Amino acid sequence: MTALSRMPWIWSFLAAGIVWVITLMFTGGASIVGLTQATLTFAAFSVIVGTGQMFVITLGPGNIDLSIPATMTLAGTVALKLMGGDSGLIVPGFLVAIAIGLGVGVANYALIKLLRIPPIIATLAMSFIIQSAAIWSNRGLRIRPPEILGDFAIGSVLGVPNVAILALVVTVLAYVALEKSLYGRWILAIGQNIRAARMAGIPVDGVRCGTYVLCAVLASLGGYFLASFSGGAALNMGAEYLLMSIAVVVIGGTSVAGGDSNVPGIWGASLFMFLVVSMLNTYGFDAGFRMIMTGLIIIGVIVTAGGRTVRF
Amino acid sequence: MRRLVSADALRVLVPAMSLAVLLGAVFYLQPRTMSYTGLNLLFNLAVPIALATLAQMLIMAVNDLDLSMGAFVSFAACVTATFLQSAPLLGLLILAAAVAVYAGLGVIIHLRNLPAIVVTLGMSFVWSGLAVLILPSPGGAAPEWIRAIMTVRPPFAPMAIVASVLIAVIAHLIVMRSSLGVVLRGVGGNRRSVERAGWSVVRVRAMTYALAAVFAILAGISLVGLTTAADANIAMRYTLLSIAGVILGGGEFVGGRVSPIGAVIGALTLTLAASFLSFLRISPDWQIGAQGAILILVLAIRLVLNRRENKEKRA
Repeated sequence: MTALSRMPWIWSFLAAGIVWVITLMFTGGASIVGLTQATLTFAAFSVIVGTGQMFVITLGPGNIDLSIPATMTLAGTVALKLMGGDSGLIVPGFLVAIAIGLGVGVANYALIKLLRIPPIIATLAMSFIIQSAAIWSNRGLRIRPPEILGDFAIGSVLGVPNVAILALVVTVLAYVALEKSLYGRWILAIGQNIRAARMAGIPVDGVRCGTYVLCAVLASLGGYFLASFSGGAALNMGAEYLLMSIAVVVIGGTSVAGGDSNVPGIWGASLFMFLVVSMLNTYGFDAGFRMIMTGLIIIGVIVTAGGRTVRF
Repeated sequence: MRRLVSADALRVLVPAMSLAVLLGAVFYLQPRTMSYTGLNLLFNLAVPIALATLAQMLIMAVNDLDLSMGAFVSFAACVTATFLQSAPLLGLLILAAAVAVYAGLGVIIHLRNLPAIVVTLGMSFVWSGLAVLILPSPGGAAPEWIRAIMTVRPPFAPMAIVASVLIAVIAHLIVMRSSLGVVLRGVGGNRRSVERAGWSVVRVRAMTYALAAVFAILAGISLVGLTTAADANIAMRYTLLSIAGVILGGGEFVGGRVSPIGAVIGALTLTLAASFLSFLRISPDWQIGAQGAILILVLAIRLVLNRRENKEKRA
């Protein structure tokens, strides 16, 4: 039991597994490949943006990035507009998306630091501005992604969707950064006690700034591929990732109080969240009932898996 | 100069000044708003936002955050436009049950030591789902009495302003003057010392959540009184608006430092910001962005004023 309690991510995988089995029982195993592929694909986007959110939440109480959906939208919109369907411009488009992430991250932290605004309000205010920029740059037309990029985003290797592989790479890098690098130790230390971290000589501001930038870059990466995957950017394409990014982090076993993060759990939680939706769809419930069930299941998972003792 | 304003007064003074400046700017841009009808139009939607902001403020006073506020106000609005209108008794029962659910949430969050953000995040799905079940498509009708209350035209000042002042005073009495208010802010400030002083923290938290639910339900009811109909997404933006309102009004995320009067002023400021932008004739593309910019600007001003105050204190 002690070994289990050291692996809080196990619960999210367990829950995802149970839902997977229940869904397949209903369909009689007919859609086993389709369901698994769809789950991996859609979970991948949650994993990419959720990982960024996890780093920010690890920084400690009050740290949260609400600008993720707007950043995704802006990055996806501007990148697709720049590429204009031309396969030769895939790399510049990608770089522009990443640059947007860098800019948003720096702007977010500048507000937090210079104006001493709580991160939740700073990123919220920032997201309004980014969303406006996206509306302004979008101007109606839905531009298709370059063919190669679109094919990549919906394609798969040996049955594993490309975006899932991409998300896995992000996860592995995040795991290494968090568990094996100095940077990872620094954010955990800041999340546990920012004052002690500062006194220990950790460059607190640099690390926090870097973390907000990292989160925004992952959001723009997610937006770039989500827009390519869905055949064009839409102004509301990031909307559902506001709650999703927070939900997967917390269900995955990362502490909301900060200083304790969990990379594998994000995968479990992302798979779980998508599977719940598709299970309820398979059973043919209508929209209202589906939402109620989703909510109750989220709370149920938190009540069973959460509730750890607080350090004083 | 030093003793002139206490820290608590300053907490309200800065938001009040931001509101005054913004109002002055609106009057300058559009002098015709300087009338009974003009003010009524400007602050038309302020009452529900103010009530929702107070609900959020109560939750924030015990160091939690309610991410389901918008969904819950929408749910309350849907109940108001359907059951409360056609079968008042059943409607009241449903709303009372919702208050009980909120109290229960407070208990669960406390006993299982759960992050309120996540629990309310889950609840936002539940409330939205219930709202969709009640009103699958926009519709319903406002009960006569609430329509009458919301459209009454008191002498001197329009309803929205009179109601806002009234709400602010009542909330102030509950949160700053009553014993429950003191204890609930105490829970936000130092939970352990409240516990050691013999209070049951779980009871205080349950009552805080229940009280917040009452304010949020009033927000939903008053919103229907203004719009005369409801839909399941009618108040979704209230989640973020209410948080922004509390912060604009001088409240803080931790430590039980909140100000009910400030919260109402914050809500009025947010309402006014939208009108201000339309008078500026900013392109619709940038309306939301400009709202974000106003939020940043007001907080920047607050920072400068707070710094000056701190310097004076030290001097």
